[in-house]
Amino acid sequence: MITRRDFILYTMKGIAGLALPLTAFEILSPNKLLAAKGDTSKVRWAFLVDTFKCVGCGFCVKACKLENDVPLDANVTKTWVERYVLTKDGRVHSDTPKGALHGFTTSKIDLGLGKFQDIKKEDIEKAFFVPKLCNHCENPPCVQVCPVGATYQTPDGVVLVDRKWCIGCGYCIMACPYGVRFFHPVHKVADKCTFCYHRITKGLKTACVQACPFGARMLGNIRDPNDPVSKIIRTERVGVLKDEYGTRPQVYYRGITREVI
Amino acid sequence: MVHGEAWTVKELFVTPNEYIYWSIQIVMYPFMTGLVAGAFVLSSLYHVFGIKQLREIARFALVFSLALLPVAMMPLQLHLQQPQRGIEVFLTPHFTSAIAAFGIVFSTYGVIVASEIWFVYRKYIVERALALRNKADKSAGEKIYHLIFSVLTLGSYDVSEKALHQDEKAIKILAGIGIPVACFLHGYAGFIFGSVKANALWMTPLMPVIFIMSAVVSGIALCMLTYIVVMEIRKFLAARRRTTYGTYHSIEEIKGIEINVIRMTAKYLLFFLIFAISLELLDLIFRGYTAVKTWDILRSIIYGKDFMDIFVFQYGIGNLIPFILFLLPGLTIRRTVVGVILVLFGVFMMRWNVVIGGQSFSLTFAGFMHYHLPIIPHDMETFKEGLMGALMVIITPFVLFWILNKIFPVFGVEESH
Repeated sequence: MITRRDFILYTMKGIAGLALPLTAFEILSPNKLLAAKGDTSKVRWAFLVDTFKCVGCGFCVKACKLENDVPLDANVTKTWVERYVLTKDGRVHSDTPKGALHGFTTSKIDLGLGKFQDIKKEDIEKAFFVPKLCNHCENPPCVQVCPVGATYQTPDGVVLVDRKWCIGCGYCIMACPYGVRFFHPVHKVADKCTFCYHRITKGLKTACVQACPFGARMLGNIRDPNDPVSKIIRTERVGVLKDEYGTRPQVYYRGITREVI
Repeated sequence: MVHGEAWTVKELFVTPNEYIYWSIQIVMYPFMTGLVAGAFVLSSLYHVFGIKQLREIARFALVFSLALLPVAMMPLQLHLQQPQRGIEVFLTPHFTSAIAAFGIVFSTYGVIVASEIWFVYRKYIVERALALRNKADKSAGEKIYHLIFSVLTLGSYDVSEKALHQDEKAIKILAGIGIPVACFLHGYAGFIFGSVKANALWMTPLMPVIFIMSAVVSGIALCMLTYIVVMEIRKFLAARRRTTYGTYHSIEEIKGIEINVIRMTAKYLLFFLIFAISLELLDLIFRGYTAVKTWDILRSIIYGKDFMDIFVFQYGIGNLIPFILFLLPGLTIRRTVVGVILVLFGVFMMRWNVVIGGQSFSLTFAGFMHYHLPIIPHDMETFKEGLMGALMVIITPFVLFWILNKIFPVFGVEESH
């Protein structure tokens, strides 16, 4: 008769024996497979912000919130505009009241805690606005850290969140060096700018691009040599934000200075 | 209201989406896992390295680490925005994420602790099961106990000399494997923070090591504290009943054993405490010396906004004072109690300063966020991620320990080996 000890022993040997030939197979991730076949995608979305043209009206912020169902009064936003005021004493004053949802209605700098700072016109060396949004990085840290794979990158380079899969741990929010992620106040999952994926895949412009009265925002396909955005990125002097993190951001800026972070 | 808005106050230039998203529960998480890992390492010192003086506290620490284990997961579950999907971390892990390893590490560790306890208590389980089986008229409680112990034997009633010797070997192996796994369980909690490149305060390869060292410190401290409390209760009971209680026969005997165990354990506590402090100071000095771009904002946090939390509460009250208390000759029980409570407080403050401190400055490096712990809850969110939620997490392991102690009594049982 077979004893229990033997039975367990044989079972383990059997499993080990069966597992051995299985090691001959390699488990391929879909990404690896795609890479092996060569990246065939003809589209890689990239964004261009011309800070020379931005006046800080905040139309883009409002349009984005309306288009993407982020409650207007909620203190989170997928895109926002920052104001930088550099004074002659070499100091940088910057703010973004409510993400510039209502634009910049006062020349006073918002210091938080209900305090404001008045800066005299004659003290100002230079001042400008910088719109911010998700950089849809080539190497997105948010996708790397998601424990369940709810955040992913589409073949055309857009980083999206699966609302039905996100567990709401907030690791992606912590991992993003640009602070573009937040918890959606209604859906209670991580949320972010999608480059209006539902619109651009149908040939429409993003809501912010459409709303900008000055043409400060543009979206284009960086793989298309004739695309106007692609041309500017290739031929002009443009910069990106926080490239020291190795994220390879895909939102390019004309006219940013070292003060912009 | 947006998540995090209830307890975050922003100052100066902070971008719109920045809040303190990881709040008190994420402070509790490394604190609790630290206690688990520390308790296990303490028990392994006896089982693997054969440090005989720790024999009394080793089994205690082992059962306590099992009681703490489910509690390591509790704060994570309480902080999730979609807690019902928490199980997906186990079912559909995305392995480039540090958190995804949680399922594997946590279950491996759980299996090791549970099986080690089983081997340690096997003889006792068999004896109880047989005694209850032979008993004629069992009460309802005894019937339940009989069922529990019969199931726990897993069908193995062999308590011969040879079998017990094999148990002993198994315990040694399990405790041996357990040490690196316990370190991994906690080291990886440090990795979760240390690998966030977007956070200037968190990002350092030292983070996992610092976490492990302080984990062992806190685990030993909690075991000592609970051990003293249990021994005091036993002394009290022994005095009141004026009869023999447990294995020991008199209050003097209990006292003698207690102080011996405590003095021995305190030495190990000091040893790990020195390691932990050295690493933390190394990290601080290194940051100041290299002074990269982020140092300006870090300095204003470390030496300015969080000065009290870091230098007074963590290093002063939490490290320096207990350090002196333990070093002074003639260690008494009373002094030990004060010392270990301060050590636990210090480790808690260290977690606090890492988790909350790391989120108290903006990504713009030009603004700050202040955290206000919700004390009186006014909705589910402020309950879960407030003082109440934290207290729940603190109390649970003691309740679990009390229940576990009914099945695996930590005192008065002959060792299987």
